Amino acid sequence: MKIAFTATGPKWSSRIDPRFGRTEYLLIYDTDSEELVVHDNRDIENEAHGAGPKTAKLIYDTGAEVIITGNGPGENAALALEKAGVRIYTGADRMKVKEALEAFNNKQLKEFKK
Amino acid sequence: MKIAIASGKGGTGKTTLATNLAAYLSDKRDIILADLDVEEPNSGLFIRAGKIFEEIKYKMIPGWVEEDCTFCGICQNVCNFNAILNLGNQILVYPELCHSCYACSELCPKGALPMKHQRMGVLSHYRNGNINFVESHLDIGQEQSVPLIEQTLKYIDSICRKDSIVILDSPPGTSCPVIEATKDADMVILVTEPTPFGLHDLKLAVETMMTIGKDFVVVVNRYGTGNADVEEYCRGNNIRIIASIPDSRQVAELYSRGELAYDKIDDFRRSLDRIKEAIPGN
Amino acid sequence: MKEIVVISGKGGTGKTSLAASLAFLSGDEAIIADCDVDAADMHLLLSPDFAHKEDFFSGQQAIIDKQVCTLCGLCMEKCRFNAIETKGSEYFVKPIDCEGCGYCARICPVEAISMTDQCAGEFYISKTRINNTLVHARLAPGAENSGKLVAKVKKEARNLAEEENKKYVIADGSPGIGCPVISSLSGADFVLMVTEPSLSGLHDLKRVYQLVRKFDINASCIINKYDINPEITGRIMDFIQSESIVHLCNIPYSKVFTEAITAGLTVLENGHTEIEELIRDAWEKIKKNVNDKNK
Repeated sequence: MKIAFTATGPKWSSRIDPRFGRTEYLLIYDTDSEELVVHDNRDIENEAHGAGPKTAKLIYDTGAEVIITGNGPGENAALALEKAGVRIYTGADRMKVKEALEAFNNKQLKEFKK
Repeated sequence: MKIAIASGKGGTGKTTLATNLAAYLSDKRDIILADLDVEEPNSGLFIRAGKIFEEIKYKMIPGWVEEDCTFCGICQNVCNFNAILNLGNQILVYPELCHSCYACSELCPKGALPMKHQRMGVLSHYRNGNINFVESHLDIGQEQSVPLIEQTLKYIDSICRKDSIVILDSPPGTSCPVIEATKDADMVILVTEPTPFGLHDLKLAVETMMTIGKDFVVVVNRYGTGNADVEEYCRGNNIRIIASIPDSRQVAELYSRGELAYDKIDDFRRSLDRIKEAIPGN
Repeated sequence: MKEIVVISGKGGTGKTSLAASLAFLSGDEAIIADCDVDAADMHLLLSPDFAHKEDFFSGQQAIIDKQVCTLCGLCMEKCRFNAIETKGSEYFVKPIDCEGCGYCARICPVEAISMTDQCAGEFYISKTRINNTLVHARLAPGAENSGKLVAKVKKEARNLAEEENKKYVIADGSPGIGCPVISSLSGADFVLMVTEPSLSGLHDLKRVYQLVRKFDINASCIINKYDINPEITGRIMDFIQSESIVHLCNIPYSKVFTEAITAGLTVLENGHTEIEELIRDAWEKIKKNVNDKNK
């Protein structure tokens, strides 16, 4: 299974970006191969509007089934993730990516419902 | 005669002036007062009148026809506003992000995105004596106010008689909505207050008017507070101040209750006299 | 680091005056962000030095290359915004009307139209007279505020706060309930809603609170000019209570706000003890709430 994280940097030690649409990085962890793939999302800065759907689409394209983030996506992005069958977990905004994964595994994160 | 009342920032007294001026002028003339702040219209709180007309307003957005779609992704690529997502097995359209440019619809090789009507808000027309009051409410979640402002202005043109005075309560700020609201007006009144905030925001509004090549005059509200910098700026730049409305706690109290001030406060009424004199043809 | 955002919905409630007061009280513990880019007035109270300045780009605009254009007229026919005009034997784009959709550039048969990034204003990082850092911006006339510009202001403020190990980011939020205010709230830890007891003030408070609730952020409220209308103040108090919003204080109608603005000062520096105490007390409550609720 692939798990995506919104992050402020490219590493396991980077902090979770509390923002969804305008997250600076997306980190994709593959639980089977234990590989961490980094997507630089900083170009999102150039979008005046609609950053949320655009980031949602990127997550969909990576094949991730779960996204772990801080505040949770806005309505537009949530709709796209729901349609794409991606589950959303929030409340990881004070954590490092590594800690957020542990929290997720220990079922400490809240599943986001619209 | 179309008069647009605008200001660089919110809270300077735009609505107070628009509603009082409308009521004041209505003893002799047929008035159309329109609240073009379609995101937060509140002129209606001051004008108590019966609704005589209501209409849902639409904009055009693409509607996805699943059977015809091949998921080629052209629609997503041509949209500059992130309003369309291609998820491989479905196409998502975000109505509030769509600018109705028709690119996706007309460039779709299969014609799978015909344009359709999408509700964006409601226009209402009230009447009380000589005052016609028109307002539009943008639906919650809609982001683009310009198309609704445009349609509201069109409606006003359709009900406007030759001798009507139209008063437009413009949205705040200096961006597209204000430009839309003021660009066809015969007279633009910028409302400001005599403080550094008022001056700063007046300068921005003036720049915007210059950008679109529009003449304007100024009304100073809450006169007597702050300092003389606004007056000096106007004098130095040959900008005409047509009236100064004295500062008054009583006006603020009346505003808070949704009541008019000109029939209760003499100073206020005298300011309206001067504004009336400045209106061409009066 | 905690981010505190001040919003109001309606204009003229005293939002900027209160945000500047919090900036003053926080001293060098905070980075200040002015996200009210439509009417960016915070700098008038904090006298920043505009030390760092850069152009800010947002949206696009079409440009027609007259050397290449064959005058076929397709762009004008397709443009839904009537942004393309002809004068004599030339086609050109009216910048005010162009939405930047890019349709014309895509369909021009000879590729005579290109899209260029539009300069929407300037962006600054400054030291203020009270020696804290202010991140702010100024829109070009006719340019539109956007989530993008607010996100940039907030991002710079947040980065600086991390680098310099500050305790707070204090943001003067955008007005209204659209995209910019959503962007102002995104990532915030605590919200201060400033309102006034008028029918429009109450109405706008409820609308803006709907947004705050979506973000699941702890909210507080100050009622400014509370004595203008006791009846509506009562209704606002009822609303605050029923939604469990932290009530910070009620501030009386006072000329001190205007006098302070005129002097280029925050309300705290104007020697009016009653209001000064109310705001100092509110700041203490904010700090307590922000630091207590470590989720």
